[in-house]
Amino acid sequence: MDPDSSNPALIAQSLSCERGGRHLFAGLDFALAPGDALVLRGPNASGKSSLLRVLAGLLEPTEGQVLWHGKDTRKDPADWRRSLAFLGHGTALKPQFSVRDNLGFWSRFEQARRTPAEALEAVGLSHLADLPASMLSAGQQRRLALARLAARPGGCWLMDEPTVTLDAASVEQLSTMIARHRAEGGIAILATHEDLAVENAAVLTLGVRS
Amino acid sequence: MSAFAALVRRDVALATRRGGEAALTLGFFVITIALFPFGVGPDPELLGRIAAGIIWVTALLAAIVSLDRLFRQDLEDGSLDLLALSPMPLELVVLAKCLAHWLVTGLPVTLLAPVMGMMLQLEADAYIPLIIGLALGTPALSLVGAIGASLVLGARRGGALIGLLVLPLYIPVLIFGISAVEAALAGLPVLPHILIEGAVLVVSLPLAAFAGAGALRLAMD
Repeated sequence: MDPDSSNPALIAQSLSCERGGRHLFAGLDFALAPGDALVLRGPNASGKSSLLRVLAGLLEPTEGQVLWHGKDTRKDPADWRRSLAFLGHGTALKPQFSVRDNLGFWSRFEQARRTPAEALEAVGLSHLADLPASMLSAGQQRRLALARLAARPGGCWLMDEPTVTLDAASVEQLSTMIARHRAEGGIAILATHEDLAVENAAVLTLGVRS
Repeated sequence: MSAFAALVRRDVALATRRGGEAALTLGFFVITIALFPFGVGPDPELLGRIAAGIIWVTALLAAIVSLDRLFRQDLEDGSLDLLALSPMPLELVVLAKCLAHWLVTGLPVTLLAPVMGMMLQLEADAYIPLIIGLALGTPALSLVGAIGASLVLGARRGGALIGLLVLPLYIPVLIFGISAVEAALAGLPVLPHILIEGAVLVVSLPLAAFAGAGALRLAMD
């Protein structure tokens, strides 16, 4: 959140968003350099998910723009999309496929840098690689969704409630994963209610507006 | 492997798993055609005359059986967001999904059509124009169907709506497919009808890509 960061990779300029006639947020400015983290807080319906979707490019902001290495992410999204890993509410898993095949597809589709085996190792699911995803618990499915991010280090991770359904050990694992990602020059932006330990993270609190 | 090929491979794998759409669609195609001899009587002359029409209309219906699932599952489990955020344009995502849909519905229907033709006493001259017509027409069915499938994503009961939306758009594909068979049976040149069927396919390619991607963006908003 330090606007004087020496070399910001991601810049949000006066972002505003309106959904169904309701102003969610207006005039948001922040800049994040490689290795930075931003935690979004706020009550339900304060616009955390919408902000993440605006940053990703899934939702058009009413005003403002998002710059990735100086390029407008709406007009010139190629670089941004190559660096972006998004975790929404859905896990994007197919229950018919095995754990390995689920991750394998996204790794091929998103041209991930790490192999599925390495990513599964990072979230502690290696021993379940051959199990159909339908057999996983909700927490394990969430971890498998996180493995998709683990396969793509170094860019920008956008995470919407990543700790939902995770147990304490997995939350700790996620903290380690985020710390490692940041050490490799990655940026993490996450919306969370939980006390996920993210060191030296900037906090942006969104309020409910009328 | 490119993102496009990865997506086609995943969708084909999903459809051909146990309980997938591929077996469902083929079963529907075969059983529906097998009902006609019971419905109109086993008179070989009558069946032979209407055989091409039966096969074509059933192919249209078979194409829409699994259309509702083309994008809906990906929308519900969050996959569609990720597909839209990939460096590959959303238009190509739509085309990849259409290709996968054709590989598990249109292609098997085209390959099975001669067998169905034999069952219905189709005349010998009609086989080749029927198969070429289906080979060009069924991809167009998948493409035009994808427009319908993406448009009804916002509706709660999309399944029934797709038929109403898409079947009228299938009429040109049907008309030129049948006219190729009719021309062959009358001893007239078949090529013009086949070329028009090909033109319908060529036009539906960009149409499906842009209209489908536009509708998907609306559905994700």
